[in-house]
Amino acid sequence: MTQKAKAVAIQKEYAKKSQIKEIWRRMKKNKLAMIGLAIFCILVAMSLSADLIADYQESAIKQAGSIRLQPPSWEHYFGTDQYGRDLLARMVHGSRVSLSIGFFTTGISLLIGGILGAMTGYYGGIFDEIVMRLMDILLSIPSILLAIAIVSAMRPSLLNLLIAITISQIPGFTRIVRSTVLTVVGEDYIEAARACGSKDFRIITNDVLPNAIGPIIVQGTMSVAKMILLGAGLSFIGLGIQPPQPEWGYMLSEAREYMRDYPYLVVIPGIAIAISVFSINLIGDGLRDALDPRLKN
Amino acid sequence: MNMPLIQTKNLKKYFRTQKGDLHAVDNVNIDINKGKTLGVVGESGCGKSTLGRVILRLLEPTFGEVIYNGNDIIHLNQKQMNNIRQKMQIIFQDPYASLNPRMTVSEIIAEPIKVCKIIKDKEELNQRVFDLMKIVGLDYRFINTYPHEMDGGRRQRIGIARALALNPEFIVCDEPVSALDVSIQAQILNLMMDLQEDHGLTYMFITHDLSVVKHISDEIMVMYLGQCVEKAPSEELFANPLHPYTQALLDAIPIASLKERDKLRKIIKGEVTSPINPKPGCRFASRCFHVTAECKNDGLGLVEVSQGHYVSCILHK
Amino acid sequence: MKVIYKTDSDTICAVNGIDLILDKEQTLGIVGETGAGKTTTALSILRLLPQDIGEITEGQIIFEGKDLISAKESDMRKVRGEKISMIFQDPMTSLNPVLTVGQQLYEALELHNTQNKSKSQLEARVDEMLELVGIPKNRKREYPHQFSGGMKQRVVIAIALACSPVLVIADEPTTALDVTIQAQVLAMMSELKNKLGMSMILITHDLGVVAQNCDKVAIMYAGEIVENGIIEDIFEGVNHHPYTEGLFGSIPDLTRSTKRLNPIDGLMPDPINLPAGCTFHPRCPKCMDICRTKKPEPFSFGSHVIKCHFVQNSNQ
Repeated sequence: MTQKAKAVAIQKEYAKKSQIKEIWRRMKKNKLAMIGLAIFCILVAMSLSADLIADYQESAIKQAGSIRLQPPSWEHYFGTDQYGRDLLARMVHGSRVSLSIGFFTTGISLLIGGILGAMTGYYGGIFDEIVMRLMDILLSIPSILLAIAIVSAMRPSLLNLLIAITISQIPGFTRIVRSTVLTVVGEDYIEAARACGSKDFRIITNDVLPNAIGPIIVQGTMSVAKMILLGAGLSFIGLGIQPPQPEWGYMLSEAREYMRDYPYLVVIPGIAIAISVFSINLIGDGLRDALDPRLKN
Repeated sequence: MNMPLIQTKNLKKYFRTQKGDLHAVDNVNIDINKGKTLGVVGESGCGKSTLGRVILRLLEPTFGEVIYNGNDIIHLNQKQMNNIRQKMQIIFQDPYASLNPRMTVSEIIAEPIKVCKIIKDKEELNQRVFDLMKIVGLDYRFINTYPHEMDGGRRQRIGIARALALNPEFIVCDEPVSALDVSIQAQILNLMMDLQEDHGLTYMFITHDLSVVKHISDEIMVMYLGQCVEKAPSEELFANPLHPYTQALLDAIPIASLKERDKLRKIIKGEVTSPINPKPGCRFASRCFHVTAECKNDGLGLVEVSQGHYVSCILHK
Repeated sequence: MKVIYKTDSDTICAVNGIDLILDKEQTLGIVGETGAGKTTTALSILRLLPQDIGEITEGQIIFEGKDLISAKESDMRKVRGEKISMIFQDPMTSLNPVLTVGQQLYEALELHNTQNKSKSQLEARVDEMLELVGIPKNRKREYPHQFSGGMKQRVVIAIALACSPVLVIADEPTTALDVTIQAQVLAMMSELKNKLGMSMILITHDLGVVAQNCDKVAIMYAGEIVENGIIEDIFEGVNHHPYTEGLFGSIPDLTRSTKRLNPIDGLMPDPINLPAGCTFHPRCPKCMDICRTKKPEPFSFGSHVIKCHFVQNSNQ
């Protein structure tokens, strides 16, 4: 056997399992994460097939005075609201808006905050000073106020709502990424990478970020939940989703007047929010553990 | 003429702190010939690790030159420096912290080769990784394990393999065995000496353990608070230590034999003082048995007392 | 009075049937590498094993004629600190960073204040203890972070000695310190030991430290004592366990110039999965067939006890 063939054989014998497969294998062992994933998949499937479950115009938007405030029945599984709209239909269609607010804003603010955080943490110095002071200013304004200011300065619409929420979340991510990056940068292996001549970009992507990913993922999943609530809050004061478009948070706020007599009006969107937040958090925890090879087993 | 492979001239590294300048490395001159080992000994905080890092330009010196193969490398730009980096590597003290926990063994060893784009063919790269693992005595079955699954000795072998990956000429060994158990320590030391013979490596061996350094070094430099207080060939230093600090260090080593047990040992009092804004004169004066008023005066330098034996002390002027 | 320890414990095989005897005013050195079970042994003596994880399944620890294993927790608390105290490896983490050094010493004294001393008497004792370990008493109002590593270890020692214990267990007391400081601390410890008439168990991985400070030595490997005896047996005796020989071969000798060390091949076995027979056999250069199957019995020459088939065979 030639040397090369031998090397191939060895490499094959002890072949590294594909990284994704390996993560999935570890993830599967975590029961809670799998439950979370299952719930989450159902939620996504539901929002994707919303049109199949209920017609948007007919059941979710159209007002019908004759069937106002009906309790759950065989005809309307979740009952109807104060305008006679089917609550199930509104919940299913509302999930589209709510989930996309959660994921879109988290994704974009994580991306921007992540880049800023990694750079400030890695390079430090005057750049770090300037960026972090800017972030401090943003952080000192409550995120809801900031979002209100941004949306009202532009014009209430879904896109502006997304932009507003994203901007208000960037400082949080920058901070968390920066602090985890700072602890990683002090490690010897970063210096080792520098000693063999790695460029900064390679060090950040290869050595720094993979080791800082844990807290970032947890923060990210928690933020999805927070974003859904923030979106709901903004819709409530009329700066986000415009009625009659269904959205979970807005459904909650609409129902508050009828809460005492018709509790299902708040319970149903409330449960929808709680379940999605819960399942995403479970997935986040599981993912963090699965991504860390040190916790292998 | 025998030109040294690596040389420093009046190397200084000060860190700015709130209380003043911390003199981590102060006017250090070293020269190491090819294939030789310089042992750098000193207690924590004496600047020995900083010296190693400044030589590799992982830290920028405040003043002075680092000359590699006749060229000053301090003023090289990034690109030129990367070429030199391939020839100069470092082995770290803590095999737990110096390996990226998210990478497998083969990835860690291959990383410097990939970074420097020496071998592009994937199979050839694998082959090189296997060769390196063989050289440092790591079994092939470990290629795709993660460092945390291995013990300290094996991890340090990975660290050595990584340092060897680029075929360096010069390696800074920053306390490579002090985190290891004695029996493992001996295995690693033997490995390093074998490698030196086989590959003609030049080492700068940083340690606080005099018994280890004697074993591996040709020449030893004793550092105290950023300065070199004594430098001599290994045998000479142990047979005839001149600086009071060197004597104290030698005296402080517990020896694993009963003969020395009842010998009265001179134990120096006090502790290492702060290297922030040091006073002029001998920095060891406050702990020295032989201190005189003259020690506080400035202008003390290394004096050659015998062939290759330098000492910086008022007693040997 | 005789202080006797007889332990026979099994904690995930961390410590596996060890017998030790320590007389009053003697120093016993326990030597071994990481994972040999040295610290576990020490913690067992004080019954400080982590709850739910560590458990002493068998054996006795006899201290001043009483068995500590069956003692009540409240009695144990009295023993700890008052009769037996412990010095930990890392002085940086064994002091509380938010209390001053004086307060921490005072607290230790107050906890074991059996003679109902007054506050000023206790304060005086604090000063006395600090002076004893070579710290000026006016520094007692300082916090641990204001002290250097060596000074902190002195404070730890002062706290350990505060109640004049009969026995001090020092777990790698100088490993975290520089050599010159190590020498200072060790010299101070042996001086105090003689002055106060204590017994000491010194746990270390450094044979040099043992040679300079101990009267008796026990060499531990994988939870067992493979060799023990008085200091002369270990350092000057003829027969040795192969592991002890390996340890000596691994130390660079300052007095001779050798170019190669003679280390032991291989690694410490996994304590969850110990090899059958003699636990050292996979690494032993003198391994025989019997070593793979049968656990060696202790074989003694007077005060010197070795657990090895090879030594036993060649001396019968």
